[in-house]
Amino acid sequence: MEIGLNHYLILSTILFAIGLVGVMRRKNLLLLFFATEILLNSVNIAFAAISHYYGDLTGQMFAFFVIAIAASEIAVGLGLLIVWYKRHGNIDLESMTSMRG
Amino acid sequence: MEKYLYIALFAPLVSSMFSALFTNTPKKQFVGIIASLLIFSAFVSSSILLTHILDGGDIVHVEMMTWMATGNLYIPFGFVVDQISVTMMMVVTLVSTIVHIYSIGYMDHDKGFNRFFAWLSAFVFSMMILVMSDNFAGLFIGWEGVGLCSWGLIGFWFHKEVATWAANEAFIMNRIADLGMLIGIFLVYWNTGSLQYDIAFPAMAHLDSATLTWMGIFLFIGAMGKSAQFPLHTWLADAMEGPTPVSALIHAATMVTAGVYLVIRSNELYDLIPHVGLFIASLGAFVALFAASMALVNRDMKRIIAYSTLSQLGYMFAAAGLGAYWVALFHLMAHAFFKALLFLGAGNVMHAMHDELDPFKMGGLKKVMKGTWIMMTIASLALAGIFPFAGFFSKDTILEAAFAEHHMVIYGVLLFTAGLTAFYSFRLVALIFHGEERYKIFGIHPHEAYKFMLIAMSPLLFLAMIAGIFQTPFFEMVEEILGATEYHIHSHATLLIMLVGTQMFVGLAILYAYKKYASWSSVPDGSSVIENSFIYKLLYNQYYIPYGYEEYIVKPYNELSAALWEVDKKVVDASVDGIASIFYSAGENTRDMQSGNLSTMLKWMVVGTVVLLSLAVVFGLAARYSGEIMSILSGLGV
Repeated sequence: MEIGLNHYLILSTILFAIGLVGVMRRKNLLLLFFATEILLNSVNIAFAAISHYYGDLTGQMFAFFVIAIAASEIAVGLGLLIVWYKRHGNIDLESMTSMRG
Repeated sequence: MEKYLYIALFAPLVSSMFSALFTNTPKKQFVGIIASLLIFSAFVSSSILLTHILDGGDIVHVEMMTWMATGNLYIPFGFVVDQISVTMMMVVTLVSTIVHIYSIGYMDHDKGFNRFFAWLSAFVFSMMILVMSDNFAGLFIGWEGVGLCSWGLIGFWFHKEVATWAANEAFIMNRIADLGMLIGIFLVYWNTGSLQYDIAFPAMAHLDSATLTWMGIFLFIGAMGKSAQFPLHTWLADAMEGPTPVSALIHAATMVTAGVYLVIRSNELYDLIPHVGLFIASLGAFVALFAASMALVNRDMKRIIAYSTLSQLGYMFAAAGLGAYWVALFHLMAHAFFKALLFLGAGNVMHAMHDELDPFKMGGLKKVMKGTWIMMTIASLALAGIFPFAGFFSKDTILEAAFAEHHMVIYGVLLFTAGLTAFYSFRLVALIFHGEERYKIFGIHPHEAYKFMLIAMSPLLFLAMIAGIFQTPFFEMVEEILGATEYHIHSHATLLIMLVGTQMFVGLAILYAYKKYASWSSVPDGSSVIENSFIYKLLYNQYYIPYGYEEYIVKPYNELSAALWEVDKKVVDASVDGIASIFYSAGENTRDMQSGNLSTMLKWMVVGTVVLLSLAVVFGLAARYSGEIMSILSGLGV
């Protein structure tokens, strides 16, 4: 069976759904970061696949941007996470409620 | 000449703005002096313009700049100095110069000294705009400007509740009349296509009489408010709550004559509608008598003079209504001189008596206040129309005009009023300056005013005495513009009998007043027979008109307002509050979302994304299949 655009898009959608569930369900900050990574990369897959399909490099360039931004985001996020862990001794989302309205 | 026009117009404005700089600082003598000097420079410029016009020079007409120009509407800031406006300018600047100088002394101990000069000069500026404008729009600006300044000056002592009340009354009454005036101005514009005097008035000759009548009536309603004619007269007497120089300048000499000025300025209109003219004359004669009768019994010095102003305004309207515009303008001028003098004299008396206004509590003041006594006596003689003072020439000419025009009822009323005028004027003089020194009971030690105040008043004294000699030059000057007719009674014998008869009648009235009041010895306490008579009560309470206004207009209006306030609270406020509370409670109920829990908030974010996405999909589909949807809907009969 030929692997076509639809297969990539389906894979992307499945990964996105997994990521979304992860974002909603995880209580651990580190795992939350993992989930976001899955979300971003699912989109990257879609970008690359569609780019290839149309023979247009724009989508792949966009995917590079996403990777770069995701990397810097994770760098900052992990930094904050470590600080938080040093202060509070855990990285449980339930304990981070100082923004309560 | 344009240079002088601009100086005359803008010197008061500069004066006002300069004084306004110091409104929040303690009294500064130089503010008064500089303001007086600036107003004096306006007076000098007006005099130069007057000599220019008297020498037969061209009318000075300038267009400073465009104000409004849209479509067919073109209104410039234009000013004109012709025979009428130059007369008004002279009156305004002369009296205001004197009043400014006088006020330096009168307001000497007042905290609002600097503020007073700011308002007073602003008034002069507005009045100059009013009389110098070459179109109705400019006139209306000046008209509103003097109204505003009058409000500020009547309520100058705003810590007194009566003063603020009187200020508001004056302002509101004038607002009612100004609506009429505004309608009149709109009518002029709609029917003639212009507000410029020199375009609008010639165009009126081609209009039908009904339109002209409405124009004349509405413009006159404006004049009635400003000149305090019946039934809008009550504000003038209450306006006496303001400082006395204000009463002299605004509520005697200048602002209240603006209505007369308007009628004179619109003489070409009123010439076309003699029936409205006759109404104006009749109302004028009525007000003359009506106001004089209230002055007979009043016990407030300033109110008596205010009623006499009202009465004299009635004379002016009577003359203007009968087509004797130049006589009206001449009386306006002469009246400004002696009435301002009378008011300033009353100001001196008030100062001497520590703001006591009841002449029955004075008496015998001529010993301590010789200068004021002489001035007020001469002013009263001029007011009464005794030869050879100013009033004789102006007021007798009004009587002659009424006689020559064969309006015997108006003539009779005006003649009778002349007698009343003489009586109440000298009742006042006799009570203040003659008789026993009743003020001693109240422990007052009167003193004469500052010398420079008396000197400042002397030009008015001089003019009140000799203004009559200007009658012929004045007539020759305005003849061409006001289409003047000299009112000659054909038979010399009739004229002589009339003159002598009037003089004797007035003289007798004066003698009677002196006989009755010059030896008055007690302060009336409301127990005498006269004071309890019906007529006395009727007159003393101003025919119960203020009471009637209070009972039948103000109170029902108040109740209506209170009822509408309830409506406002229950409908308007409630709906506004309701909308606000919807948002408030929505916020209150959804604040639980903001739990601070990152997980929950992320869930809500996802929910939001899903909702927005589905909306986008729904609208996208609807847009794509709009044709089909429409046909289905129309098939369903929607």
